[in-house]
Formats: sequence, C-alpha cells, structure tokens
Amino acid sequence: MNPAVELHGISKYFYRHTGRALLRKHVEGLFRHGRKERFYALKDVSFRVEPGEGVALIGTNGAGKSTLLSVIAGLAEPDAGWVTASGRIGALLQLGAGFHTDLTGVENVWLNAALLGLSHRRTAEVFESIVDFAGIEDFIDEPLRTYSSGMVMRLAFSVAVHMDPDIFIIDEVLAVGDHAFQVKCRAKIQEFKRAGKTLIAVSHAAAGVADVCERAIWLEHGSVVRDGALAEVVAAYEGRPAAP
Amino acid sequence: MTAPASQPVPSAAKPTAPKWHGQYSFLLWQLVAKDFKVRYRNMSLGVFWSLLNPLVMMGVLWFLFTHIFTNAHNPNFAAFVLCGLVPFNFFSLAWTTGTTSLVENAPLIKRVPVAREIVPLAAVLSIGIHLLIQICLLFVAVFLAGKGVNRYWLWLPYVWGCEVVFVCGLALMCSSLNVYIRDMRYAIESLSVVLFWMVPIFYSFSIVPARYRELYQLNPVAALVLAGRNILLDGIPPPAPLLIKLLASSTLVFVAGFATFRALRRRFYDYL
Repeated sequence: MNPAVELHGISKYFYRHTGRALLRKHVEGLFRHGRKERFYALKDVSFRVEPGEGVALIGTNGAGKSTLLSVIAGLAEPDAGWVTASGRIGALLQLGAGFHTDLTGVENVWLNAALLGLSHRRTAEVFESIVDFAGIEDFIDEPLRTYSSGMVMRLAFSVAVHMDPDIFIIDEVLAVGDHAFQVKCRAKIQEFKRAGKTLIAVSHAAAGVADVCERAIWLEHGSVVRDGALAEVVAAYEGRPAAP
Repeated sequence: MTAPASQPVPSAAKPTAPKWHGQYSFLLWQLVAKDFKVRYRNMSLGVFWSLLNPLVMMGVLWFLFTHIFTNAHNPNFAAFVLCGLVPFNFFSLAWTTGTTSLVENAPLIKRVPVAREIVPLAAVLSIGIHLLIQICLLFVAVFLAGKGVNRYWLWLPYVWGCEVVFVCGLALMCSSLNVYIRDMRYAIESLSVVLFWMVPIFYSFSIVPARYRELYQLNPVAALVLAGRNILLDGIPPPAPLLIKLLASSTLVFVAGFATFRALRRRFYDYL
C-alpha cells in the first residue's frame, strides 16, 4: 500500500534578517552574496506515515514542528528533499485563518468552507450541521467582531471538521473552547480515526494527543531525535536533560 | 541526538506533491464577494461611495474646465470626463488593491494550501464590480448628453475586458514583488498620480503634440479611454490598430505577470 505521507530528506532553511529591508541592505546584500547566515528550521527529515496512522509531533518551541506541517501541507517549499501525499489533505494550522471580523458568522462559514476545499454543493449540505456543531445559533447572523474568542474558535473548528479529508493535519488547535466543546472535538477526531483516516498532530502537551495517536516523532533543532511508539517517545522526551 | 546531515539529499523529481483539492470557481466567488462586502460594510453610505467618488471628481473637473478655463469647447464635458475617469478609476484602484492583496491576506497564504494566484485575481475582480456600477453611471451621462446606443457598443465588452486582463497581469506581477519589496505600494500610488495626468482624462487626445502621440499610444490606459470615447461619444468604431495593440499589450502583461508570480511564489511563505 502507498504511504499516506512520505518525506524524504526534507530540509528547509531561512535567512536571518529576512523580510522588510531598506534599499541599503539590498545593495549590501549584492556585495556580500552567499555570506548570508542560514538558519535551518528542518534538517534532513525523513519518515513515512501509513494510512490510518495517528502521529504526534512533539518537541520544544522552535523545534520545527509547525514548519514541518507546512511542508507536508504544501504551504512551504522545502529547500531539499521531497514530500508526497496520497489523498486529500486537510490542514488545520490556525483556526479561522480566513475569517474576517466584519463579516457575519454565516458569511464566514461560506468563505472558510471554500478555502478549506469544500464545494458549493457540499457546503450547502453540511451548513446546518456546521452551525449545529459550533453551538452558536444565536450569533450566526452577527458580525464576527462581536464574538468571544472561544466562539470564533468553535465556529472555525466546526467548519474544519466538516471538510472530511483523508489526511488531517492539526497544529495545536485541539485545545479550543470550554470543556464540553473539547470533549466534542475529541469525539469527532476519534470518529475520524476509526474511519481509517490519517492524522498528524502537533502538541506541546503530549498527553493531549494520547487518545488519538499511537506513534510520536520527537523533533529537536529541525531533526528527528526519536521516532516510535507514543508512550516510549513521550517518556524519553519528558526525561530529557534540561536544555542549556 | 542523531547527527544532523549537513549534506541534504539532492532534490529528486517530485512525484505527487500535496495539492489543494477544492473548487476554484466557488472559492474565487467567495473571495470576490468578501472583498466587495468588506470594503463598504461599516460605511453609512455603503456601496454608494462607488458612485460618489467619480461624481465628485467629475464635478470638480467640470467646474474647472467650463467655468475657470473656459477654452474647452466641448458641450458634453461631463460625459467626456467620465469616459476617462471610469476606466482610470478602475485601473488605479484595482492596481493598488491587487498589489497589496498578498501581504494583506498573509494569514491565508501561510495557512491555507490554495493556489496563491487566486488572491490578487479576486482582489482585482472585486474592484471589477465597482467598474460595473460606474459603467452604469457612465451610460446615464452618455444618454444625458443626447447620445444613443450604436452598433459599435458591441466593442465595449472587448475594450473593458482587455482592461481587466491587463490589470490582472499587473496585480499578479506587483503583488508578488510587494512580498519582497514592501515599497511597491507607495511606488504604485505615485505612478497612479503620474498616469492621471498622462492619460487624456480631462483633455482630448487631439491637443497632444504630434511628437508625444506615439508615447501616448503605448499606454494601454490611454488607449482604453480613446476607444471608449470613439464608441460612446463619436459613434465611430475605434481604429483597428488600436484594438489590436490593446489586446496584444493586455495579453503580454498578463503572461508576464503570471510568469513573475510563478517565479517568485516559491519563497512567499518565508517572507510573509
């Protein structure tokens, strides 16, 4: 069987002090070509994920977890190596990335559904169910700026779980809403796992993914430190020597 | 820790890289609708601003050139000015909005794996809705000037279609450059001011000295204005060379814009 996701020798670097620069910097850059300091976010990362697997990415801040998810989702292009995916990818990297505060809940649901890859017909079909799952019927016609942040998250998560991808990529968004909503989200993700879909999730709090992942990959400074059964990798991670 | 390999594996021929599997027409429409709604959502006059802006400008120019500089021998000055203002307004607004669209939608570009070309294109098309509204205003002015519909009106969709394609090309090019060089926006605002004077909006092409005419004809916005006046006010078809040049320059700019975008989008993620 084809792997759901396969990464081969993925490296990704950033230049230090990129972004906005004055003309002076651009001109200086011309003369000092090739001497820009590189910073590796990912260094020669290879692994494969089989269909139906649940993989947790763990590691400290800046270990490269989010960059890795962006590469898998096809958002960031790697500087070396290649990545393949078989099936529809649903990337939930930031809840409500396409939301606009001046639009109403209804308008945002439609826009977000389109962004996440739902068709017009499919959106119309699941619209009721999206609003229902979010549980904010009273506010659905109000502009988003009147929502509490918890309500925005609930709506965003609700749209996202309705896109039904084959490979679900989640970046630390499992901890949304109040306790009752979290229980609902977890149930939805478990249902998704049972349907044989693949899951790749990032978590600082390793315990948060214990019930949906059976494998963990520990990243440090952009490299894979350990890859194996969840319990074993988490134990090694938590018993790690204090960072210098 | 495993030893970090300093030699990355050379990039092999990429098999099926991850893709976005959505419906582009639906997404494009949603984005266009978003940009259009958001623009005037919190204004008490709402979408009427789309009509008011050119009306104010037309009023000022009409007053100046019929009461202050009274040498303009044009009885239909209001319609004459609008023939220039409507395409120019669209051009300048769509160009600036398109240019800043990628940077303004950075969260979307960084988090949703959708073909990025759609963002500047949607920005231009949402301003296209304003063009449609202003075209209605232009038609009213033309009728008030006592001009009727003639068969050359069939050229109008062609002319304005060329303009939309032309601006889409510019937006693709400038929005991708703007990711790396954020000054683009101000450069374009200044260029728009220059163009306002270099396009025959409130003067007629016939007063342009012969030695500058070639230069004017190279400017697609000027060509648009001339073609529009020929059709709407003079009731004659635009000259064939002008129509051909218009199509050629629009297509060329679009292709160049698309190629620039393709070449630059690789590192959007790192710079946004």
